[in-house]
Amino acid sequence: MPKDAAPPPLIRVENVSKSFGTFQAVKNVSLTIDKGEIFALLGGSGCGKTTLLRMLAGFEETTGGKIFIDGQDMTGVPPWERPVHMMFQSYALFPHMTVEKNVGYGLKHEPMTAAQRQDRVREMLDLVQLTPFATRKPHQISGGQRQRVALARALARQPKLLLLDEPLAALDKKLREHTQFELMSIQERTGVTFIVVTHDQEEAMTLADRIAVMDRGEVKQIGPPGDVYEFPNSRFVAGFIGSITALEAVVEAIDGVRTRLAVPALGGPVQARSVAGLSVGQTVTVAIRPEKLAISRAPQTGDNVFEGEVKDLAYFGKDSLYRITMPSGALISVHAVNARRSAEGERVVDWYDKVWLSFDPTSAIILTA
Amino acid sequence: MASESRLYRWFNRRGWSDIVLAAPYVWLLVFFLIPFLIVVGMSVATRTPTAPPFGYGGENPLLNFEGYHRLFTDDLYIRAFVTSLVNAAVAMVLCLAIGYPMALGLTKVDTGWRNILLMLVILPFWTSFLLRVYAWMGLMGKNSWFNNLLTGGWNWLVPQDWAVTSIPMMYSNFAVVLVMVYTYLPFMILPLYANLERLDPTLDEAAMDLGTKPFGVFWDVTLPQSIPGIIAGGMLVFIPAAGELVIPTLVGDASSPMIGRVISDEFSQARDWPMASAVAVVLLVLMVGPTMLYSHYQARAVGADDPK
Amino acid sequence: MRRRPTFLITMLCFGFAFFYIPILSMIVFSFNNSRLATVWGGFSTKWYGSLFSNAQVGRALVLSLEIALLSATIATILGTMAGIALARFGRFRGRTAFSGLVTAPLIMPEVITGISSLIFFILLANYVGWPASRGFTTITLAHITFSMVFVTTVVQSRMLSADRAIEEAAMDLGSRPWQVMVDVTLPVISPAILSGWLLAFTISMDDVVISNFTTGPGATTLPILIWSKVKLGVTPDINALATLTVVTVGICVFTAGWLLNRAEKRRELERRLAYQINE
Repeated sequence: MPKDAAPPPLIRVENVSKSFGTFQAVKNVSLTIDKGEIFALLGGSGCGKTTLLRMLAGFEETTGGKIFIDGQDMTGVPPWERPVHMMFQSYALFPHMTVEKNVGYGLKHEPMTAAQRQDRVREMLDLVQLTPFATRKPHQISGGQRQRVALARALARQPKLLLLDEPLAALDKKLREHTQFELMSIQERTGVTFIVVTHDQEEAMTLADRIAVMDRGEVKQIGPPGDVYEFPNSRFVAGFIGSITALEAVVEAIDGVRTRLAVPALGGPVQARSVAGLSVGQTVTVAIRPEKLAISRAPQTGDNVFEGEVKDLAYFGKDSLYRITMPSGALISVHAVNARRSAEGERVVDWYDKVWLSFDPTSAIILTA
Repeated sequence: MASESRLYRWFNRRGWSDIVLAAPYVWLLVFFLIPFLIVVGMSVATRTPTAPPFGYGGENPLLNFEGYHRLFTDDLYIRAFVTSLVNAAVAMVLCLAIGYPMALGLTKVDTGWRNILLMLVILPFWTSFLLRVYAWMGLMGKNSWFNNLLTGGWNWLVPQDWAVTSIPMMYSNFAVVLVMVYTYLPFMILPLYANLERLDPTLDEAAMDLGTKPFGVFWDVTLPQSIPGIIAGGMLVFIPAAGELVIPTLVGDASSPMIGRVISDEFSQARDWPMASAVAVVLLVLMVGPTMLYSHYQARAVGADDPK
Repeated sequence: MRRRPTFLITMLCFGFAFFYIPILSMIVFSFNNSRLATVWGGFSTKWYGSLFSNAQVGRALVLSLEIALLSATIATILGTMAGIALARFGRFRGRTAFSGLVTAPLIMPEVITGISSLIFFILLANYVGWPASRGFTTITLAHITFSMVFVTTVVQSRMLSADRAIEEAAMDLGSRPWQVMVDVTLPVISPAILSGWLLAFTISMDDVVISNFTTGPGATTLPILIWSKVKLGVTPDINALATLTVVTVGICVFTAGWLLNRAEKRRELERRLAYQINE
């Protein structure tokens, strides 16, 4: 183990694999998670994120690799002996127990007196603001309250790690936003490390300190939300998080921080920020996020300026989405904020207008994978 | 103390699950499988005048297939098998004809009424089977109000020459089938209802919206989706009906008995245990097909294997 | 506008008439003064009198109840165990054989179950010496065997439809499997266990074929008694007995149904209130 100045990570997942029969649900995943982090596992359904979570909880045995929690090898350790608790997607509240019994259930395995136990339950109910509902049964409270009972129950034993399986999926949209912030504030107050499984990229971006994007059992990229968004390392990650226009390109010249690419779809060369390991003549993908493009009816000149025609536009109020046909026939998406209210009679960008698109060289992402 | 905690640990780790599995397993092995294997063995024994009335070896052949031989040569047995299968099949079809519209009707009435009606379907099932058979013995007998009613109707409809004093219903295959339909009808209605109730009513509406008339909707949409329910319900009637003993004994024709009665008579009256066992084994073999059909479809009828 | 399904309603009426006319006829004729069971001869309650004064009927009823209570209880314990094993133990060794063993009694014709049990008990008495005579013990053993698989079916299907995450949650919170079973699984499936018990009880109370084969001298259950009377033809006191049975079962079923319905309605109301007030 490397001895750095930084404390060792709380969770180490080392080359973990899981197969069900011939199906490989998780392929050789390695990652570390620090104490106090909110870490998100993001991916579509069937990407292996839930299986990874269940291996951390101990419900599934790994078929390869090892999981360490606080330096302790978890191989063969059953769920009931792991310092890990889980908030289930269905909440999995015990239907025959009251809210306080639910919250206090895990505490019966703690060396505590009845009074201490009661105090702890009260403290937890306070934390999630459910004290008035202590004696109700799960079916007598609302979905949002049930979610909070599940959270309180999982936190009551002060786990080292809390696993949250799609914690917000069962809530309606309005409640979801509110609950996101509540989850973050509870995490801050308790200091427990969270691992959140979600298929919702916005949820992952808001909640998490770091995100692992998963696809078909593999981790594609790990990083803070901003890095994953601005510096995706593959076409999959670029496309999965946010929308993006990806175009085929050939490297023409590499000049320090700038690389010139021939992009047939745009009909001209593109200047982009260099990435390591490029060679002239190499075929790559150049990707541009719609909001990084500027759109103008006035003719423009310079690098990275291309002419096209508006094929489609969607007006959302605060912003608009345009689809521009290039002379090559390629379609480019542009997302523009409607910062100015157009004066009466003034024409804004409209259907079939001739427009000029431009973007900063740093906005073009060169993807080799 | 140490041994206690070890016992406790063992119990927690594996012990309890072993007991949970072993207790019913051993019970069924001893009280179901072994008796059944004895019957299979009995079917190749030789009948003896001793007690118990069977033997192997000695002057008898070790494996005596005479029972099976008689089964396929003596037309008493063949007729009994045919009678049983035909009666059970007719009862199954009639149950379907009556039970399907009833099950479908149940899905169409309001929920409040539906619960009461469902309870009324189940209620006879909780009362004594024997008494339900008995009820029909009373109705079918000569001079009963029901028989008189039917006789009156018959005499009014047909020419005078054909008039009868009463309709001979009792002690016939007709009576057997009628009572079987009566007693097994809930077995048809309940799985069918469970199946039909799960169907998405918007599919009906979609079909109507696309221009299909109500009967067409039934034929194109409802019926195909209810096939698992039909087969599950049908087998649930057919399987016990084919082996039925009580009904043919009470209301059946003694001269053309059903197979259940043949088994019972061979065993109790003729005291020919090997023969009774041979007939029983063949009946079971005949039931394997319907049973597999049933277990294949019953899960589907209630949607147990819906992908989640 | 939805068309009223006239045909279906007619069939429902016809079906329920078919279900209940024989039963009503039995009830009416239980008050018949005539010796002939199906020819009306004036009102009388004498058959009830003769039924109540018949000590044989009382003894048979008590024996039936004893057998049903005992066999249903043991069948529920064993059947629940089997249901839990099938629903939760995954692919244990011998699973296929076990699930076959649990299904077979469901479809075995009663007459074969009866004969095989009888032969088994006779041989057991001959070669082992136990049970020395047939009667209460042998009937109870046979009833446990063929009613436990019904309990298994009920319990297994309830467990398969239950949310497994509830059990995982208990495990996750530190409970070992055995404790999860006691704390969570059994309470959650308790309605299924109860209905399994009721089913086993009814099956035992109702059984005539298997009881008839496995009984011995002196052990006459109520169905065996009715069977022996009915075989000889229609007798009016059976009408009275049938009426009492139908009325008892009807009251029980409707009370249970009403209570369940009320509980369900209350839960539904609570659920709705929870959403209106608390959000």
